[in-house]
Amino acid sequence: MMTRTRFAALALCLCVAPAQAALNVLACEPEWAALAKEIGGALIETNSATTAMQDPHHIQARPSLIARARNADLIICTGAELEIGWLPILLQQSGNAKIQPGQPGYLMAADSVRMLEVPERVDRSAGDVHASGNPHIQTDPRNFQGVAAALAERLQQIDVAHRDQYEHAHQDFKQRWAQALERWHARGAPLHGVAVVSQHKAFAYLYDWLGLKEVAVLEPKPGIEPTASHLRAVVDALKRTPAKMVLYASYQDPRPSQWLSDNANLPAVKVPFTVGGSDTAKDLFTLFDDTLERLIAALAPR
Amino acid sequence: MRPQWFAGAAFAVIGLIFTSSEIRAQNADRSPSVNAVRPAMSGGFTPTIGLVLSGLYTRTSRDPATYRLPGLMTSPDVGLGPGTRSFGLGDSELLLGGNADAWISGYARLGLDPSGEVEIEEAVVQSTALGHGLNVKAGRFFSGIGYLNPLHPHEWDFVDNPLAYQALLGTQYNDDGVSVRWVAPTTQFIELGAEIGRGRSFPAGGNAGNGAGMSSFSAHTGGDIGESHSWRAGVSMLNTKALDQAWQAHAGDGQTQSNQFSGKTRTWVLDAVWKWAPDGNYARKYFKLQGEYLSSRHDGQLTLDPTAGDAAGQFGQRNSGWYVQSIYQFMPRWRVGLRVDRMSLSTFDTPLADQIAGPNGGRARRESVMVDFSPSEFSRLRVQLAQDRSRPGELDHQFFVQYLVSFGAHGAHRY
Repeated sequence: MMTRTRFAALALCLCVAPAQAALNVLACEPEWAALAKEIGGALIETNSATTAMQDPHHIQARPSLIARARNADLIICTGAELEIGWLPILLQQSGNAKIQPGQPGYLMAADSVRMLEVPERVDRSAGDVHASGNPHIQTDPRNFQGVAAALAERLQQIDVAHRDQYEHAHQDFKQRWAQALERWHARGAPLHGVAVVSQHKAFAYLYDWLGLKEVAVLEPKPGIEPTASHLRAVVDALKRTPAKMVLYASYQDPRPSQWLSDNANLPAVKVPFTVGGSDTAKDLFTLFDDTLERLIAALAPR
Repeated sequence: MRPQWFAGAAFAVIGLIFTSSEIRAQNADRSPSVNAVRPAMSGGFTPTIGLVLSGLYTRTSRDPATYRLPGLMTSPDVGLGPGTRSFGLGDSELLLGGNADAWISGYARLGLDPSGEVEIEEAVVQSTALGHGLNVKAGRFFSGIGYLNPLHPHEWDFVDNPLAYQALLGTQYNDDGVSVRWVAPTTQFIELGAEIGRGRSFPAGGNAGNGAGMSSFSAHTGGDIGESHSWRAGVSMLNTKALDQAWQAHAGDGQTQSNQFSGKTRTWVLDAVWKWAPDGNYARKYFKLQGEYLSSRHDGQLTLDPTAGDAAGQFGQRNSGWYVQSIYQFMPRWRVGLRVDRMSLSTFDTPLADQIAGPNGGRARRESVMVDFSPSEFSRLRVQLAQDRSRPGELDHQFFVQYLVSFGAHGAHRY
């Protein structure tokens, strides 16, 4: 009996590869995986639970994610209820004590960010509102400074042996990011005060950073798909307060923005939204390079 | 010295591998400064509260009171068939839950029965800090066997559960006991589960001893195929004991024969589910195919209704069934579904076979289609049509309209 059990255990070990030895970081979204790569470098093994083509709010707590959460030393997510439909069940089913709320291995980026659009009144008649504020914090590069510091601190706490390397990588990132912010600030100057339309209320932080003004939203309520009647109302409203462009995220259905583009004669801009959201947005730096270039290109006269 | 946090032998064993160094108080690291006050609903000391309200309109061409599966003797507690006609409350439920401390969380789901009773569907305390891929829970819970069994009625893709679940597991098997689940430390998802329990509901029942009346084992694996596909498959075994369990047999003339069964039942469940969404983006379009095969073997002693002679003898029967269903969300908020159900009931393996009322062995089948529309993530309206060929004679046309509305806590759903 005993030998049979041992044999079965051995067979199991041989046919499925055990988890990696390097520090295992599971990111809920690609931007946090990219940030972890900047600070963890070769010391960590990281991947993202979602891609730029997926709505991070509608993810299945599928078997592969449970296995990845089971083996993670740290999980970094946006928080602010963005992942509320799947992260709690993923954490619970993983049976991994290291990444439970309250542990060093549980890091919510939104906790290091000044939240925008925090509702004064939470009522679902207003759509899928998030009580802690708009969760799409990754569209403002300034937000990465606080999250990078929090992540560096956690990595140093979990992997004490490599403290200095994380510290060094963090300082290096901080410096490069500050330079990039200056560059983007200069490049984005023409966008200041420009009126825009959003497909989903996904760009509050981007607008706050660049000084863009949101004059209309295609979704009648957050998370509710645009309807024909609402789209027509937006076209009418734009006659009174014209906008320069309509923005939608890489994972969203392009049709509502395209429809508005055709009917209100303004360019539709696909914003990469996260790393991997466009061919050029390969890391955090190129993500914002590409975002800015796309917005500026839309300013050019049609 | 850390206080002994749980009594019971199963927990003590688990406690040995409990690494206290990893444990810190819940939310100790939450930075309090940057965020505005979090509403009580999403944390703090107030338990999470969720309410699901459901309502149903049922129209059937044949009287649900005459619903039978040919050749099936079963406990009167088992709710077979389409329920009651006309308007009714569906399975409304109240969910309360939260973290008790840094080691234990818990939740209770109270089913608001249309008749006015409150039924404790689940009341569970579970570990949050065991680590090593282990999850232990105790209390009353839906067994983790199969795919559909642990899902709550509001998570079902159809108004009702498949015939095989209704007939062989009493719609959904739940029990009072202890469950241990372990996720292997491998890149491939492998989950093993074991449960023991009192044996409180069909196919178990009547446990008067100190021991367990139910044990179950399950193994599941799954993964992704590219970005767009994911799957899970598994095998489960449920062992139950019944003591003097009332089993009704129905004669063709409407007469009911109340027999009693004492013995063991072993139920096997094979389950598989495959999901597809373009680029893995479930917000817009997805397809889900799932199927399960259930097979039960009863072995024991049958005592016939006193009015039918009070005879007793060895009894055995093997019943099996399967279903395959697919769900397609063809545009945001709209889904269609198709389900095919089959049941097969073997002839009674007993010297008393001639004295049992009703048909000896039989088959049943049902086909269902549904369309549902979800105005938001928190509400759903469903229409379902079914053709049920379980009873001999003309088929039963069933028509349902159902609403499901959830309030409060944003529930996280299983795969």
